[in-house]
Amino acid sequence: MKRLLSHPSLVIGLSATLVFLVVGIVSLIWTPYPIEQIDIPRRFLAPSAAHWLGTDNLGRDMMSLVMAGTWTSFLVAAVAVAIGVGVGVPLGLAAAAWGGPVEWLVLRLTDFVFAFPAVIVAILITTLLGPSAINAIVAIGVFNIPVFARVARGGALGVATLDFVAAGRLAGLGNALIAWRHLLPNIMSLIIVQGTIQMSLGILAEAGLSYIGLGTQPPETSLGLMLRDAQGVFLIHPWLTLVPGISIVLIVIALNIAGDGLRDAIDPRLRQGNPNVLA
Amino acid sequence: MSLLEVSGLSVRFGDTEVVSDVSFSLQRGERFGIIGESGSGKTLTALAVTGLLPEGAVMTGSISLDGAPLPQQERAMARLRGKRVGMVFQEPMTALNPLMRVNDQIEESIRLNETHGATQIEVPYLLKEVGLELKHGDRFPHQLSGGQRQRVMIAMALASRPDILIADEPTSALDLITQRKVLDLIADICARRQMALLFISHDLKAVGALCNRVAVMHRGRLVETGRAATTFSAPQQAYTQKLVAASRFDVRPLSRPPIGNTLLEVNGVTRDYRQGGMLFWADKPLRAVNEVSFSIASAECLALVGPSGCGKTTLAKIIVGLDKATSGTVRLAGTEYRGSDLPKALRRDVSLVFQDPFGSFNPRLSIADSVAEPLRLEPGLSQETIQARLVEAVEAVGLDAGMLTRYPHEFSGGQRQRLAIARALVTRPKLVVLDEPVSALDVSVRGEVLALLARLQADFGLTYLIISHDLDMVRAMADRVLVMDAGRIVEEGKPEQIFAEPQHRLTRDLMAARLPDVGIVASTTPDRHPRA
Amino acid sequence: MILFALRRLLGFAATLLVAALVIFWLLDLLPGDPAQFILGINATPESVARLRMQMGLDAPAHERFLGWIWGMLQGDFGVSYTQRAPVAELIWGRLGVTLPLSVLAMVISIVVGLPLGILAARRRGKLLDTAIMVTAQTGVAIPNFWFGMLLTLVFAVGLRWLPPGGFTPWNEDGWASLRGLILPSLALALPQASILARVMRTALVDVTGQDYIRTARAKGLTMGEAVWRHGVRNALLPVLTILGLQFAYLVAGTIIVENVFYLPGLGRLIFTAISERDLILVRGATIILIVAVTATMLLTDITYALVDPRLRERSTP
Repeated sequence: MKRLLSHPSLVIGLSATLVFLVVGIVSLIWTPYPIEQIDIPRRFLAPSAAHWLGTDNLGRDMMSLVMAGTWTSFLVAAVAVAIGVGVGVPLGLAAAAWGGPVEWLVLRLTDFVFAFPAVIVAILITTLLGPSAINAIVAIGVFNIPVFARVARGGALGVATLDFVAAGRLAGLGNALIAWRHLLPNIMSLIIVQGTIQMSLGILAEAGLSYIGLGTQPPETSLGLMLRDAQGVFLIHPWLTLVPGISIVLIVIALNIAGDGLRDAIDPRLRQGNPNVLA
Repeated sequence: MSLLEVSGLSVRFGDTEVVSDVSFSLQRGERFGIIGESGSGKTLTALAVTGLLPEGAVMTGSISLDGAPLPQQERAMARLRGKRVGMVFQEPMTALNPLMRVNDQIEESIRLNETHGATQIEVPYLLKEVGLELKHGDRFPHQLSGGQRQRVMIAMALASRPDILIADEPTSALDLITQRKVLDLIADICARRQMALLFISHDLKAVGALCNRVAVMHRGRLVETGRAATTFSAPQQAYTQKLVAASRFDVRPLSRPPIGNTLLEVNGVTRDYRQGGMLFWADKPLRAVNEVSFSIASAECLALVGPSGCGKTTLAKIIVGLDKATSGTVRLAGTEYRGSDLPKALRRDVSLVFQDPFGSFNPRLSIADSVAEPLRLEPGLSQETIQARLVEAVEAVGLDAGMLTRYPHEFSGGQRQRLAIARALVTRPKLVVLDEPVSALDVSVRGEVLALLARLQADFGLTYLIISHDLDMVRAMADRVLVMDAGRIVEEGKPEQIFAEPQHRLTRDLMAARLPDVGIVASTTPDRHPRA
Repeated sequence: MILFALRRLLGFAATLLVAALVIFWLLDLLPGDPAQFILGINATPESVARLRMQMGLDAPAHERFLGWIWGMLQGDFGVSYTQRAPVAELIWGRLGVTLPLSVLAMVISIVVGLPLGILAARRRGKLLDTAIMVTAQTGVAIPNFWFGMLLTLVFAVGLRWLPPGGFTPWNEDGWASLRGLILPSLALALPQASILARVMRTALVDVTGQDYIRTARAKGLTMGEAVWRHGVRNALLPVLTILGLQFAYLVAGTIIVENVFYLPGLGRLIFTAISERDLILVRGATIILIVAVTATMLLTDITYALVDPRLRERSTP
């Protein structure tokens, strides 16, 4: 732990992320104004003591919207990461531990899911079920599955060639126990690093999906939905797009810095590029 | 005036000094060897001489070539080293650009160091000089074997007709026969071209075979410098004495239980590996082990030797139950099996000690957890019994029971190999398979581990199957030797007999490739024999 | 090499077939009666029956699936119920916006991203490196559609250099069409260029530590020369993988950015189709997007094999 805290970028990134997360959590119990409170006469107000970030085109308090939107963004991205980890990591571990046809199947499956960018999944689900925040979660979660499956398999393959895995097999451990006892603990750090990266990508993707109307729906709000609401008036009232936009950028930067710091702290040789999930 | 003069050379990374006050000189046509274990600073010394130190390394002291100090400016230094110094590195697998054909890489070396008026060296000439054929030039590095790649490296080093060849562990990644061929090639070329050699190695015999003058390096310092013959036959420093002793594998004969009846029988075992190809047009399978039959008697020490890729490790995996024979069977204590179907009840009777002490422990588990893992094969043991067995095993390998609560990274390579042996013994097995048990260890600890193995065999009446490519280790340990080549057992006999009168072509090649022992007879250049 | 390409082609076809199956299952089988689904619960039984006939829903599912595939192979994607036009024609018309937009964005991100990455790697640890990497770090974090809004504010509303949105068809005024695509492609390119710059820098820095660079230096090259002659090509390998993925997602990303600039591309077609529950149009448009994504990945794989001799032979021993 002390070793981790000696990396300044990790500390900065994590603390900034935590600040946003706390703001989001606070919105669950308290916001300056109720977010669904529409007050047309008080619309387009500039920032003031009563409304720290002003009001939007429906007279809603921007500060309250940003707080609630931040929470939605975190929630969607976190659940999507949980889906990715929950399904992808077991798949990747199984591929590495069993090998042969299991591995072939997992690889083909990940190849296949890579052909479905989050937008396409969201389009298909929305066509069927109508728009909702769940769509965004499922669409981003589906995209996360092959990402984590690949990371887990790649990491586990590197570990699986080490002799202690063979020693475990000699001791009569089956594939499942090998994966649980020897492979998983040694790839945890990889998964945590990938998790922060997918968190930040998930927040961007949620914003994109909500912006085109395939994600969060009113009266709920999210940072992407705020941008959608501002779309019609942004040429006259750019402030309405600046506030949620800058919030997204800051959260994503915080997560990315934390991720980079974590990667450096855990293994400086782990640097690699990451494809953008947003689409 | 010396060709190369190094004086007071120190290299430091931050606060740690890794090379301290090293001085030596190299005369024209002389062959000088630097001996040291891993981490002794020998490679950094060579890199310093060529101005190739990694980023962050700070160098002090002076290095001069023909009396002139090395240039400070990067480009001048680069051109000077291209022109005057040829280099061959340890890792032939990664030292060549994977995307460029061999011809183009050699050609680049020639073009970079052209001198006007001099007759042009051509690629075919260099390929021939290093014993490669013209067709090898058209290939990419990954299409060549390790030995061939190392020859390409030598060809590139020779392209500028350098005065000095620096070879940093050029053969330690190669198998025995290839190692000898490459060493002979280096010796030949140095003699023919009147080129000075700076040879860097952990292997005393290789240095002894090539060099007329040696220096011993330990923890960044040169501890002893002198003529090769005298340094090895009468080492002055304690560290040198230890190295020379360790290079000989003197394992004291102990009184052992008599060799008994057959314990394990291998009957016509064959292992095929499916190769690439698609579902319908699968390629011809690769036969790693081909109709192998032999037996081991209890309390015997049997050695299986052969070059890398001969199938000896696959065979060991089948015997311990990690891999499965395509056909044939193994019979242990009356039970037949084909490999991974080895019944659980019998698994505790065989165990395996791995080659690499660093990979054989899960870094996330305590030593106790790792060593106790095989005890799962004996269900129903109480916690106290498990604890007692752990202590017994760890103390048997000469370590303290207090170490059980610690984690693998806290131990040195030699200690880990002892712990790996403890894990192999914890189920009280009858047969222990040792896969290259000391080849990943530093020379100075190899002897200790072998002595431990010999003592354990005497104390517990263990049966050993040693898998190795190291003939000297085998001679010191084994009662009987099997020689394996391309999946088959090609020769069998007592070690003395095989060493004195090798029958099969491979065995003869292996014997011929052995480097002379150091310190016993004054070592000079290796005797020439035709290159294959 | 031919075997390798053949193998990849087979995988490509298999992926598309399974993708088609999934889409068919989602859009044709899951809603129960697609005709009822399209028309909604208030439709008269007669109109539902008429649509069922028109869509050929009376045939068994496997015949409908095979019929759909067979039709697509001949360029027939069915007829849109709401727009009363062949789906293929509708999509083809919109691709004229979406495809040039993606290609333009890709070109911009390569032209900007790669040189910046190389520059940062060569000046590693210097001020310029830090500046480029901070910019890239920010670029990765900016949602492309929001960046599009900012660009509109500055260059269309503020400076009035470029149109804020809309699109002139190519056959009317090619120059005006191109001008309409500049801001959207810049918006799409920013995150991609940032990623490319980061990947390129990392790849080059990694390559710098490789043994063959040391070999090249031993031959008489300086560090800079060795990296230039031997490093860049090797470093491009990981970059190539990213490029393939990026183009795939750019095609999908245009769907979002089209919204900002009111471009009549594939995205807007799809949104209309979703809101009107035009299953046939959604089906056609998604399969086209998936073909684009998968084909890009196929091309990447083959290019990779052309550049890297090690990969070329893995399947031709």
